[in-house]
Amino acid sequence: MTSLAIDLPFTKRTLANGLDVIVHEDRHVPIVAVNVWYHVGSKNERPGRTGFAHLFEHLMFEGSEHYNAGFFPPLQQAGALLNGSTNADRTNYWEVVPTSAVDRALWMESDRMGFLLPALTRERFETQRDVVLNERRQSYENRPYGMVTMALSSSLYSSDHPYSWVTIGSADDIRAMQLEDVQEFFRTYYHPANASLVLAGDIETGRAFDLAEAYFGEIPTGQRPGPVSNGAALSSEQRLLLEDRVELPRVYLAWHSPAMFKAGDAEMDLLGDLLANGKTSRLYKTLVYDLRMALDVSGYQSSREIGSFFLLVATAAPGHALTDIVSRIDDELRRVVEHGPTGEEMERAMAQAEAHFMYRLQTVGGFGGKSDQLNAYNVLTGNPGFFSADLERYRNATPDSLRAAARAHLRLERRVVLSVIPRGQHGLAVQGSTPVSVS
Amino acid sequence: MIRIDRSRLPDVGVDPTFSFPAIVRHVLGNGLRVCTIEHRSVPVITFSVQVDGGSGADPEGLEGLSAIVADMADEGIRDLSAIDVSDALSRIGADYDVDVGGDAIDFTLTTLTRFAARGAALLADFVVRPRLPENEFTRVRQLRLDRLRQLKDVASAVAEQTFLRLLYGSHPYAHLAIGSDATLRNITLDHVAAFHRQAFQPACATLVVCGALSHEELLRLAEDAFAGWSAADSAPSRAPRASDVVPPAVPLTKLAVVTRDAAPQSELRIGHLATRRVTPDYPSLLVLNAVLGGQFVSRLNLKLREEKGYTYGARTSFEWRRGISPFALQTSVHTASTADAIADALAEIEAVRGSRPPTIDEMTLAKASLTRGYPRGFETAQQVARSVAMLSLYGLPDTYFEEFVPKVNAVTSADVVDAATRYLDPSRLTTLVVGDHSAISDSLSRLNLGSPQLLAAQF
Repeated sequence: MTSLAIDLPFTKRTLANGLDVIVHEDRHVPIVAVNVWYHVGSKNERPGRTGFAHLFEHLMFEGSEHYNAGFFPPLQQAGALLNGSTNADRTNYWEVVPTSAVDRALWMESDRMGFLLPALTRERFETQRDVVLNERRQSYENRPYGMVTMALSSSLYSSDHPYSWVTIGSADDIRAMQLEDVQEFFRTYYHPANASLVLAGDIETGRAFDLAEAYFGEIPTGQRPGPVSNGAALSSEQRLLLEDRVELPRVYLAWHSPAMFKAGDAEMDLLGDLLANGKTSRLYKTLVYDLRMALDVSGYQSSREIGSFFLLVATAAPGHALTDIVSRIDDELRRVVEHGPTGEEMERAMAQAEAHFMYRLQTVGGFGGKSDQLNAYNVLTGNPGFFSADLERYRNATPDSLRAAARAHLRLERRVVLSVIPRGQHGLAVQGSTPVSVS
Repeated sequence: MIRIDRSRLPDVGVDPTFSFPAIVRHVLGNGLRVCTIEHRSVPVITFSVQVDGGSGADPEGLEGLSAIVADMADEGIRDLSAIDVSDALSRIGADYDVDVGGDAIDFTLTTLTRFAARGAALLADFVVRPRLPENEFTRVRQLRLDRLRQLKDVASAVAEQTFLRLLYGSHPYAHLAIGSDATLRNITLDHVAAFHRQAFQPACATLVVCGALSHEELLRLAEDAFAGWSAADSAPSRAPRASDVVPPAVPLTKLAVVTRDAAPQSELRIGHLATRRVTPDYPSLLVLNAVLGGQFVSRLNLKLREEKGYTYGARTSFEWRRGISPFALQTSVHTASTADAIADALAEIEAVRGSRPPTIDEMTLAKASLTRGYPRGFETAQQVARSVAMLSLYGLPDTYFEEFVPKVNAVTSADVVDAATRYLDPSRLTTLVVGDHSAISDSLSRLNLGSPQLLAAQF
């Protein structure tokens, strides 16, 4: 197969205060993407204060010293689309603005990086705490299978591991948060040396660096926080059950797997596709298409900085037992470990990987756009140019490397098997499961 | 060296000029309308086929039929099984999806330019010549029946389904595309084949091709793949289009509750039928919606989220169709705040009709947020193709994108109040709550909306 030229060119400089600045020119549409990553996520929290990094993200939209009102109006008035998000490893913020509004976006982003705290009031803090509690109700508590991430995190990791809690945090912890906690968090994590700025789109590189220096250069540096690390392993299979407001039982199988960009990570991603993505995938074809035991099957490698997990999910079709579904899944896992993927499966996986890397070059801004990717590579590998190396990881994968990854990481005797079942119907869980409590 | 003044926000410069790429229209010999658009940023191409009809064309008693027909497109073509089809799509890295709307079905396929011919051929086979095998039909229908069972537990789906029923009564727009358990069970493979024969005709469809090739090359791809689509002999359907059906006189339900025991939040819908997408008041309604509930800084979101903390977010929208379309407010609020949130929401709808007209600042902000960011909606081939398909759905002119910004900028505060007075009517609003009835019933009684009609989800 001929390789396409798939490239994401950029220029990077680091300001004296430690802020990484990365610029990518794309003049097709008169818009510029501004994207800031702070290398802090829920993994930097401590037990009793879970959910803090995310609540803090909300506060970043409430105003800063020199524009002491909501963050949205002056940017929406400039035609910007903007948002932010928090996960276990990082917090990101972005604006996509017309070329004519780059100055305003940088003014606003730099003001909240340098001057957030003077604008923060107790009232704003308490309101956002309520908003986050409602986000938790809407996205987790009031949604079928919504509490699964809590149950999986707490069973995959011991309680002192930073991935044992979820980014939204526990409701009790969120209620207990105090305004005073915010100050320390901001000083520790929100400064130039712990951040990375990308400007991508309709902007000349030299001007972009001049603007970045002008707006961000004056912000005092801080100490880059040390890495969070923690080992995690399962020594046995854990069978758990969770009751929920659902009609049909569903099973989640979860394993520890290699951290993002580490050896085996791309292979696990490809195994997710091979096993459970689309009608041609092995488990979909067997469980949903041929045997009709399941309504749906999905699976993926959830790549994270200090350790990933690999997940397979299947919802039982009416009248079929989760125990039987897991038994079929295990048969297929044994086959993959024994024989690896077929040549056809590899061809298909390569074609999809090439296309998806190309699709990733279509937008400059927003979640997953080119600016977000450059920041992801810079923050997590130190090299914004990792795009090409990332694609090479997939091109270099072989049937043997997939088989080896499956053998090393998808061990039947070291995993979590979580059954989610309609209330009061414990008999529908995988045999031998014990209740897990989440709140 | 640029000096920064933190005492004031930087002004925004002159809006960059943006022109929408040229749309070239063609009609193939079989009557299929084809639009080609050159889009050269990345070697990617999107094909989009829009077939008239959609869920509004589902015959009574067979609601859910058009969605099954759409599903069946890639369940077997030529000598390829459903699995083979999926394999063929993966081999060109294709991104394929189907959207079943109230007035049309949109089939969209995106692939790398070097696979353009293979992608076009697959899409043509899906739309024109699906094999419609019996075993796949049975499987697809069963999957949809099982999915309906799951929807009963999804508060937003229950609200959506119930709200449409309350607003539209027996109108063809009254059901979700998926239909209901009873109607899905009525559907047979013969219905699917008949619907396909009748609705999938080249003269009732539009193909949009957008990608990194010349108009001539894009047209050739369209011809090679779709010229063989011949019009069926059978007469076109005599059933009126959903958009032409006058809504029945539905008795007004002011307040309805679908109970969901121990729910931590109440899912809310507030609204009524309003007008059609092609109304000349469209720009005023867009600005009205932006002020009231169409953006983060809208009155509604600022009140319910940023001031009160009742919710993670609240918004309003006109849910456009070719025919009469609803105005709807939607949010999910903490159970304990349900009645307060409803009262605040109703007050905002009332106020924008005159007691609190949009201020100059609100007008500037709403219009700027609609117009200044307009170019970013046309970054990818798929965005451009879908935008052009939207023109054919509503019969809008090719100049639409060029005219959008000046038309929105011409809207005045008086236009917004006038549109709000004519299209929002507090006395006709239906408020629907999907939530824990026992926990909220006392507070609901203080709303002066009468005692609530208690409904069950009907999937």
